[in-house]
Amino acid sequence: MGIEINKPGSMELLMGNEAIARGALEAGVGVATAYPGTPSSEIITNLGKVAKKMGLYVEWSINEKVAVEVAAAAALSGVRSISAMKQNGLNVALDFLANLVLSGINKGMVLMVGDDPGAQSSSNEQDSRDLAKAIDIPILEPATFQECKDMTKWAFELSEVISNVVMLRSVTRVSHARGNVILGELPAEKNRAHFDTSKKYRGIGGVAAGLHQAVHEKSKKVAEIFESSPFNFYSGPEKPGLLIFTCGSGWLYTMEAIRTLGIEGSVGVAKLGTTWPLPHKFIKTNLARSERVLVIEEVDSFLETNLKEFVVDHMPGYHKFYGKTSGHTRPYGELNVDMVMGAIASLLSMEYVALSPEYEKKSREVAAAWVPPRTSQLCPGCPHRATYWAMKDALKKDGRDGVVAGDIGCYAMGVFPTGFSQINTIHAMGSGMGVASGLGKLDIFGFKQPVLAMTGDSTFFHAVVPPLLNAIHSEADVVLVVMDNSGTAMTGFQPHPGTDKGASGEARPKVSVEKLCESLGVPVTKVDPYDMAATKKAFYDVLQDKGKTRVIISRRECALIRANMQLGPIAKMHIESEKCFGDDCGCNRYCTRVFKCPGLMWDKEAHKARIDEAVCTGCGVCVGVCPQSAIVAEAIK
Amino acid sequence: MNLDKEPINLIITGVGGQGNILISKLLGQAFMEEGYTITIGETYGATQRGGSVASHVRISKEKVPYSPVTPKGRADIILGLEPSETMRMVTSFGYEGTMVVTNTRPIHPLEVAIGEVEYPSQERIEACMKELVDRAWYVNASDIALGLGNALLTNIVMTGALMGTSLLPLGREKIERQLKLTFKGGKQAVNLEAFELGYTAVT
Ligand code: SF4
Ligand code: SF4
Repeated sequence: MGIEINKPGSMELLMGNEAIARGALEAGVGVATAYPGTPSSEIITNLGKVAKKMGLYVEWSINEKVAVEVAAAAALSGVRSISAMKQNGLNVALDFLANLVLSGINKGMVLMVGDDPGAQSSSNEQDSRDLAKAIDIPILEPATFQECKDMTKWAFELSEVISNVVMLRSVTRVSHARGNVILGELPAEKNRAHFDTSKKYRGIGGVAAGLHQAVHEKSKKVAEIFESSPFNFYSGPEKPGLLIFTCGSGWLYTMEAIRTLGIEGSVGVAKLGTTWPLPHKFIKTNLARSERVLVIEEVDSFLETNLKEFVVDHMPGYHKFYGKTSGHTRPYGELNVDMVMGAIASLLSMEYVALSPEYEKKSREVAAAWVPPRTSQLCPGCPHRATYWAMKDALKKDGRDGVVAGDIGCYAMGVFPTGFSQINTIHAMGSGMGVASGLGKLDIFGFKQPVLAMTGDSTFFHAVVPPLLNAIHSEADVVLVVMDNSGTAMTGFQPHPGTDKGASGEARPKVSVEKLCESLGVPVTKVDPYDMAATKKAFYDVLQDKGKTRVIISRRECALIRANMQLGPIAKMHIESEKCFGDDCGCNRYCTRVFKCPGLMWDKEAHKARIDEAVCTGCGVCVGVCPQSAIVAEAIK
Repeated sequence: MNLDKEPINLIITGVGGQGNILISKLLGQAFMEEGYTITIGETYGATQRGGSVASHVRISKEKVPYSPVTPKGRADIILGLEPSETMRMVTSFGYEGTMVVTNTRPIHPLEVAIGEVEYPSQERIEACMKELVDRAWYVNASDIALGLGNALLTNIVMTGALMGTSLLPLGREKIERQLKLTFKGGKQAVNLEAFELGYTAVT
């Protein structure tokens, strides 16, 4: 059972992202592209699975800009397309998108962006709506799983009416949650592509300002269409004492808060599925219901600000707005029902206590104090732990206080103790190498520290090649470390140009990281991080090789890939207990305290280290860690 | 015992990799087929790599779905695949009426494995539950699963235990039906057995 089942009218329990993928199928999508990123990845994963059966072209593109370009090519040639990404990805794609909105398209194209309020799996919690508005892209925000599907389908139709891209903005709690969805029809026709060469899609040649004007005109038309959107509706009393304007995930929280507080009779809810451009009549009619307006949305005060601006122009005078700017909700982090209940209760001067203070006190005293923390860590047997260990050792021996510019992926854990806190900077995809390229040119200012940039294989292809070229050409003194674990581990092993499979499992040519680097004329050193001695030496040697850009490829498949392929342990590990002095050893539990692989545990009774056989993958990396050589690996043949 | 309230809030908690998403899907699907509106929200701790994971299953008869995260102090049932994670959920979502069904086998967090932090003893956990929740059932689901030859069956044993408590307004056969739809071939028998052993462990 997948998203392609042909049973119109049947009800399925779908994840928000599955519902979006289903909506695209119902709309007759032909091309789907993305670069993986939580919480957006499942859309393309699911479309990839049914590509063959449904006659689609699906790809994991090299980065978000390319993903949107590939999708646009389809939409320019008469084939409906969708491109999905997370909020950070929109930044990457923005350069192209800002121009695409001027040239327009010819068939429906949906830009799906998954925002991550609370930054649960992200380096920021940017609100992508601000960027979409900045470049005049209409915004739709699904609130329920059913809307995820229905709105996606509708977004394609809207896109065709205005010959332009439409954005569907979801958030983690909608994209990654599951709920009831009633399926619609799947189309029967096949897609046909043809590019009409009599047409020119362009912004250059002095036409941009005119096109910009046309886009603004189009915006008015979109606002007009939004007036009759089924995704905008009001519920509640005719003249409520408090009016709530809300959209997307905020609507679910709001409805639950109202039910829980039992105030259906006094609070009205205007729900907007179309948050930009604003449908004037709908807004006016609803704002007229009450002078007191609370706006509930995630993350920024996007709707709130736009409503206020609308009021200044169209209904000046008497409205009072509450929300992020008034401090009734937070302009950062995730929303939840408790926060919404708190905001409503304070505006209605109601008393609302989530939990009796006695229960809270008791729970803190008797239980919370005993709940052990569970922090971020690299998996047992993770090749990155080994690479970081070798790097740490080499940097220490080198003694020049080396700087490490990090990047986005599992290896970002290198900022924390389980990656031995090696990373000094971490920003966007590919920024490690970019920052390193800059650091590597500071010698004229007396900068003497060696510089390392980290990247994974997927990130290498996504955004590291241009800054690598930059470093080579500018003769930056930098070591690029490619931690190649053969997949996009962080988001669930999506393929990339360095792997031999495509989005639907089809065979694809592999691009070789080393051949690419070698062809650029930089020295390349290859190591297997499980071979700790050789890796340490390679790191040290490459660090000494001053003056130019060079590359280390530290290659070993992700421990989860090994587990999935049931490759089994490489070695059988044990601790020779007579050699381990335990608590009496001067090492002060060096193996567990510093090396921190979850496969090593401290045996409280024996006062010695022990291998946790259920957890250890037998990578053998910890062998050299113990100063007493008490950790022993027995090779498995 | 049979919970009959609107909505029923069930939280399934554990550590990444223990398969709590599968439980939420099995239960959600079964309830949906009985005409309920379901929302399942997933929350991860700092990371998916061995971090805390919880699925919030909200079971309702109303049309408008509930939000994906249970409000504070409103979990009716907490199904715990790992004891310290069960405690964590009780402290954030429990109330006096909460029912708890928990596995007793710990998965030590790194801080415990390396000897920096102490893991609560079974006595301590039971004492906490006595103070904080209405009733708790303890099942050594990991051992039962290992007895069937696969630790990965722990989640199905726990699902059986949950159904054995009769807390949910749903017959056990509805879950068995889902298990049969989900698992085919040789896997089916062992999953049904795991379910049965969990069921009888609490009845
Ligand atoms: S998923 Fe793979 S790369 Fe990521 S932490 Fe685990 S072993 Fe390392
Ligand atoms: S061999 Fe050592 S480093 Fe590798 S997984 Fe086992 S305990 Fe961890």
